[in-house]
Amino acid sequence: MHAEAGGPVDLEAALATIATPVTLVFFTQTFGCETCVRARQVVDRVASLSDQIRVEEFNLVLDNDQVDTYGIQRAPAIAVVGDADTGIRFYGVPEGHELVSLVESILLVASGDSGLSDDSRAAIAAVEQPIDIQVFVTPT
Amino acid sequence: MALSSPHITASVVAAVEYPDLVQQYRVTGVPKTVVNDHIEILGAVPEASFVTQVLAVGD
Repeated sequence: MHAEAGGPVDLEAALATIATPVTLVFFTQTFGCETCVRARQVVDRVASLSDQIRVEEFNLVLDNDQVDTYGIQRAPAIAVVGDADTGIRFYGVPEGHELVSLVESILLVASGDSGLSDDSRAAIAAVEQPIDIQVFVTPT
Repeated sequence: MALSSPHITASVVAAVEYPDLVQQYRVTGVPKTVVNDHIEILGAVPEASFVTQVLAVGD
């Protein structure tokens, strides 16, 4: 990871301190995925920063059970999983802002604390129907 | 939000890699958030407002 404006460097240090296991479940595709190799390299680099981070790799086409379990539709994809699956996914190569978000999500999953306000938590606790949030981003 | 509820999933999508999704959800700027395929939130908004807009999907 590059040292950018104070952020990622601190995030790297933070990753080194996590105390609970987090698994990055990576989905790749053998053909027709130009960015899968690059995405896997980023995943490995992030995982190298902490003994608590494990990487599992599955194939979008071949590993149907895992694709169903994690609800993955495309590759490259990363599911950030702690004690249980939290429903957090990253699609595409995590670069720039997305890399920062990935690292932050690992820290959140490891801590088990969303960091949200009490008001937000109360509102979210009342949710009973499925809600799928997709956030479109660019690297810069 | 996904961390706080078993019913909520959250995906970050690299827009440049998925032009089909960009077209499908009419992404013309980032960040753009799409909730259950129909509610749209443009830009980075404060937490309270974001939570309110996302949860409005159930109304």
